[in-house]
Amino acid sequence: MLALDDQSSSLSPLKRTPLYALHLGRGGKMVAFAGYDMPVQYGAGVLREHLHTRAAAGLFDVSHMGQIALRPKSGKVEDAALALERLVPQDILGVAPGRQRYAQFTNEAGGILDDLMVANFGSHLFLVVNAACKAEDEAHLRTNLQDACAIEPLQNRALIALQGPKAESVLAKLCPDAPAMRFMDAGPRHVDGIDCFVSRSGYTGEDGFEISVPAQQAEALANALLENSEVLPIGLGARDSLRLEAGLCLYGHDIDTTTTPVEGALEWSIQKSRRQGGARAGGFAGADKILSQLANGAPRHRVGLRPEGRAPVREGAPLFADSASSEQVGAVTSGGFGPSINAPVAMGYLPRLHGALDTLVFAELRGQRLPLRVSPMPFVPNSYKR
Amino acid sequence: MTTLFTSDHEWLRIDGDVATIGITDYAQSQLGDVVFVELPKVGRSLKKAEAAAVVESVKAASDVCAPISGEVTEVNDAITAEPALVNSDAAGKAWFFKLKIADRNELGGLMDEAAYNKHTA
Repeated sequence: MLALDDQSSSLSPLKRTPLYALHLGRGGKMVAFAGYDMPVQYGAGVLREHLHTRAAAGLFDVSHMGQIALRPKSGKVEDAALALERLVPQDILGVAPGRQRYAQFTNEAGGILDDLMVANFGSHLFLVVNAACKAEDEAHLRTNLQDACAIEPLQNRALIALQGPKAESVLAKLCPDAPAMRFMDAGPRHVDGIDCFVSRSGYTGEDGFEISVPAQQAEALANALLENSEVLPIGLGARDSLRLEAGLCLYGHDIDTTTTPVEGALEWSIQKSRRQGGARAGGFAGADKILSQLANGAPRHRVGLRPEGRAPVREGAPLFADSASSEQVGAVTSGGFGPSINAPVAMGYLPRLHGALDTLVFAELRGQRLPLRVSPMPFVPNSYKR
Repeated sequence: MTTLFTSDHEWLRIDGDVATIGITDYAQSQLGDVVFVELPKVGRSLKKAEAAAVVESVKAASDVCAPISGEVTEVNDAITAEPALVNSDAAGKAWFFKLKIADRNELGGLMDEAAYNKHTA
């Protein structure tokens, strides 16, 4: 038997993004993802879409993600930043106007409720959260920040990512301000005459931009970008293989409520000011556990894994210390084939004892033990314009 | 030589008491770019519906099950060396394995090409 995707099995009607008609018109193969009907690939297929993004530029519809404005009731953006610092271990006060930072909402146990981007737009903060978590995130913000902020989900906006080495020159034709932006700059910009929010960021490891655009102008803008012969539309399939090669976490898979930011190898995202001895140390959910892990280490960490053979080792595969032992030491949380390195890649959790670089561990797959080597991430060097 | 099809997108070419098995062009188009193939060992005895081979695209892994019972007499190493062959020539050069047919009665439940084309239409 050959199990093929069954697209008729969804239980509730799927939501559509403002680019739904564009996906159909360009041959998108639609699948259910986080409650939305989304293109998993177009005619070119996942492999070509992946390689095209790394060679030229790819356009991704990420309108399913949540966009939220956090407006300070005092009128001072610093008050919104300080309020948000109750929910994330990051230094938000230190995000300068026009800049953006990666963050995580944490719970009392130090686990991750969602990961997100936080931009300072001068008068307010602009958040981008995961599609599958956005309702819970909004409720979480309302429960905890209502005293200091008005929480405004921006439902009538699409989000378009333009990624790859040609993204800058492509976007420059419609947005002359784009080339002057550097990695993680973010703010309002005119794109093809449309009032947009643009950040120089993405989820592929490539240079690129994310463009928040009013829903009614989204299709026109996407088509204007796709008119450039350097740009191909890219589906969720290649989005996943690109982020995996870039060593980036997929929420709900590589990080979730049972993993702390330290276990998730996201220590780099927690600034000094929020750590022990910092100006605003702690004061966020799960601070005791996270600060203690930052100081003393965590029992396990997310690591990069390179299978020694050709077989992809996918999510859920149990990991063992050797080819015979029966004691499972960890598991793969994301894995597949990396088209740019033409080899399988994976990430997963391992205890400190087995997680050092170059350690050989074994995954159990179809009754066999396959060797994987603990490897540095990203698997493909990133090319951010810092 | 007759070619028969299963409802889950495998083809069998029957030549005497040997069946050559592959996946259909429709199946490869649904799977997308094939990046890895694992084949059964020669000599392995397969029961009908038992997982026999694995075909993986960038996105996912799928089992190729034995459409009938029999012993594996030959496998196609060309597709393990070059998995993309499954996309370019699914119905021809990219056959997966050959089986010595154990029970000809099992062929009765399979479709001919016209019935398969109707199945995927």
